[in-house]
Amino acid sequence: MSRSITLTLKIWRQTGPEAPGRFETHRIGPISTDLSFLEMLDVLNEELTLAGKTPVAFDHDCREGICGMCGAVVNGEPHGPQPATTLCQLHLRHFKDRQTIVIEPFRARAFPIVRDLVVDRTSLDAILISGGYISVNTGGAPEANSIPVPAARAEQALDAAQCIGCGACVAACPNAAAMLFAAAKVSHLALLPQGEPERTSRVRTMVAAMDGAGFGNCTNVGACAAACPKQISLANIARLNREFLRAALAPEDGG
Amino acid sequence: MLLDAKIPDGPLADKWDNHLARCRLMAPANRRRYEIIVVGAGLAGASAAASLAELGYRVKVFCLQDSPRRGHSIAAQGGINAAKNYCNDGDSIYRLFHDTVKGGDFRAREANVYRLAQLSNRIIDHCVAQGVPFAREYGGGLANRSFGGAQVSRTFYARGQTGQQLLLGAHGALLRQVRQGRITIYPRHEMLDLVVAEGRASGIVTRDLISGRMTRHAAHAVVLATGGYGNVYCLSTNARASNVTAAFRAYKKGAWFANPCFVQIHPTCIPVHGAGQSKLTLMSESLRNDGRVWVPRKSGDRRPPAQIPEAERDYYLEERYPSFGNLVPRDVASRNAKAQCDLFKGVGESGLAVYLDLADAIQRDGRTVIDKKYGNLFEMYERITGVDPTREPMMISPAVHYTMGGLWVDYNLMTTVPGLFALGEANFSDHGANRLGASALMQGLADGYFILPPTIGAYLAETGGQHPDPDHPAFADAEVQAATRLTRLLGIKGRRSVDDFHRELGLLLWDRCGMARNEAGLREALARLAAIRDAFWGNVLIPGGKEELNQSLERAGRVADYLEFAELMVCDALARRESCGCHFREESQTEENEALRDDANYAHVAAWEYAGEDVTPRRHVEPLAFENVHLSRRNYK
Ligand SMILES: Cc1cc2nc3c(=O)[nH]c(=O)nc-3n(C[C@H](O)[C@H](O)[C@H](O)COP(=O)(O)OP(=O)(O)OC[C@H]3O[C@@H](n4cnc5c(N)ncnc54)[C@H](O)[C@@H]3O)c2cc1C
Ligand code: SF4
Ligand code: FES
Repeated sequence: MSRSITLTLKIWRQTGPEAPGRFETHRIGPISTDLSFLEMLDVLNEELTLAGKTPVAFDHDCREGICGMCGAVVNGEPHGPQPATTLCQLHLRHFKDRQTIVIEPFRARAFPIVRDLVVDRTSLDAILISGGYISVNTGGAPEANSIPVPAARAEQALDAAQCIGCGACVAACPNAAAMLFAAAKVSHLALLPQGEPERTSRVRTMVAAMDGAGFGNCTNVGACAAACPKQISLANIARLNREFLRAALAPEDGG
Repeated sequence: MLLDAKIPDGPLADKWDNHLARCRLMAPANRRRYEIIVVGAGLAGASAAASLAELGYRVKVFCLQDSPRRGHSIAAQGGINAAKNYCNDGDSIYRLFHDTVKGGDFRAREANVYRLAQLSNRIIDHCVAQGVPFAREYGGGLANRSFGGAQVSRTFYARGQTGQQLLLGAHGALLRQVRQGRITIYPRHEMLDLVVAEGRASGIVTRDLISGRMTRHAAHAVVLATGGYGNVYCLSTNARASNVTAAFRAYKKGAWFANPCFVQIHPTCIPVHGAGQSKLTLMSESLRNDGRVWVPRKSGDRRPPAQIPEAERDYYLEERYPSFGNLVPRDVASRNAKAQCDLFKGVGESGLAVYLDLADAIQRDGRTVIDKKYGNLFEMYERITGVDPTREPMMISPAVHYTMGGLWVDYNLMTTVPGLFALGEANFSDHGANRLGASALMQGLADGYFILPPTIGAYLAETGGQHPDPDHPAFADAEVQAATRLTRLLGIKGRRSVDDFHRELGLLLWDRCGMARNEAGLREALARLAAIRDAFWGNVLIPGGKEELNQSLERAGRVADYLEFAELMVCDALARRESCGCHFREESQTEENEALRDDANYAHVAAWEYAGEDVTPRRHVEPLAFENVHLSRRNYK
């Protein structure tokens, strides 16, 4: 099943946030299609290193599609062409022999470029810091089964909670909005009874934080959900909007 | 120095309560005067940092990733154990304790394990309150499944992403304290050294991975929650940034390292595809609940699985271990897979894999039920291998997964350096010579949420409030040493890449200090390790500079530590002339090729003390007493 292919890579190189960037072209191969996309970059970097050149900086860690550390725009698509697949889980079998692949960093005002394909996504945590949690101190929790949650509800909450915080949604959005990311967290917590007490304040502060962190406004384009490797659905954005409206009418911390 | 584990007296079930009753308390108003450094923001670090900040301490959190949410714990799939007995199948705190001590092949401390089992239930309560969306029964109660090494269902889970959901819970708690102003996060910062001043852990030296800037951080206490060292083998299921650097630096500064040779090799991973492989992917062993492990009966049978009739399949685990079957503990399952491959019965291109077959389960329960349980694992398998595991049996093989060894800690989780604490996978922990599935998450969270907060409080209350001085010469020394080392690495300008050395190291350890070990192989490994280390320091090529983002330099520092640390592992494996749990010394086996313990001589923890550059480290012993679980040979038949 495994083949060998040769590829032309056009990769964005930039030494720092203020430095000018440019594309650099490299030929790679023959290389086995069993390799993942990041393993291909490993091979390239090893070649560059031995040739006395500077390897391409890129973020990664788990290489299993769960940590959200990796990400780049591949031929115009964040995380590349495979649906529901992070860059680290993209394999070369999805590319053709002699194909040219253009690789760029996630681009968004709120994600300054650090180097090459590495960007700074701390702005995503800034949204969560404003209220993306349930305020419970260690030690004070009631017995777990005293809070029943309908099975389907828990599944729905998990569908939203499985966001890996990669930022592909922001990179895909023409407005560079973080709406899908924020909506995933708001939905996860709004769907559970444990999230009820802070339901009002949470959505208010998180929406405000989104603006504060330099993200754009959502105009319902939907490019985010198409790019999302975890299939976070647009229904979450609708829920966020409903929650926000509800909060606008509710008294402060009215649950 | 005598190793004093500081185990409280009294009956097993009362020890922790007795201890809490006697721990000195810190007045709430005083806590804000104390600063604590937490290195690592996986489950152990994040839970500790959040809980300490909730109490009022000022906490600095360091991690390698761009956000604490990405710590390696995020990748845990299968679940977390607790003794809730929600299934009414006879579980209890005692049984979880008993299973863990036995599963660890009697090389863990009874008192610690019992406390872990006691705290397990509160962890679930807390995580549910945080909004962790665990799987539920139709009535709304929490669902459980069973895992290797247990005959009860006590594992709580959120599909195949339990670690992610638990970590996001802890991450939320941590961020809440950032908002309260009690936690400062230092993402993309690597701890390069521990600072010990006046006999106490007083701070750390870090490198900002973006700018390359080195900084000294002083604090009243230092907590290491930096995870395990499985990547010493190069290929493992660990995230790529997982490393031994922080723990190893602490070892060189006086923290003793316990049982470094105890490394868990997980039986169900996706087989290696070939050169260029960068990491191994685990297929959660929860699949062993429904999957049947088999190989062809005949050696060298290369027919595709569908063409091998039932009678010619060898379901070796079910045959050999009728009572546990496919659910034997990990070490037993891995060793048996290796034995089958050694008989040329392995499958796949390499002949180093075995089948994990879900066909019977699909026929019994239907595709929908099985998909619901394992759907995301199937997708992951297909994405990586290009094969649909519901049509063809999965191929799995053993891979390095978890390290039971780690920094030696007493009952308070304090290392042999006063003021230095170690949590989670970074300590030598409660798993003895083999960890049971779904027990690492439990241990990391017990350490962070419930154990450390009172014990570190007692330490601070006893030692008083003098804030260490970052101008103490110990800080300058540590910083200069760390910087000199980086300059030296960059100056080598040899001809081999860092990864090349790492691969060579990994292959050697896998061969000689992996699933089976013997005296001659270990001695050979020691000699070759010295040679690889020399070659590395003479011929490694690291591009770029020090004052910039330089991922090759980061890896070089970690591999340099692995090269030294590997020697410690091999020394430990050599010194333990018995088989126990994961540690299989070929010289010590039963007639049926099962591990043969030697309790008369080795019922102890081995803790290694650094004795200086190129000097054999000193081995110390903490004897283990088994008063509550009968010291018996593990029998999963
Ligand atoms: C694929 C996989 C699946 C697993 N599934 C399960 C499961 O289902 N159930 C279970 O119980 N266990 C499971 N485990 C084991 C479990 O996930 C780990 O043992 C546990 O998560 C370790 O947590 P930790 O907090 O100790 O460390 P980690 O989560 O490894 O966190 C380490 C932290 O330390 C930081 N760090 C490391 N070095 C430095 C340094 N020098 N300077 C600064 N920061 C540093 C890192 O950035 C990170 O934040 C699994 C493990 C793997 C690999
Ligand atoms: S919503 Fe999807 S694309 Fe956006 S951060 Fe979460 S996982 Fe990534
Ligand atoms: S490296 Fe973790 S999601 Fe890709």
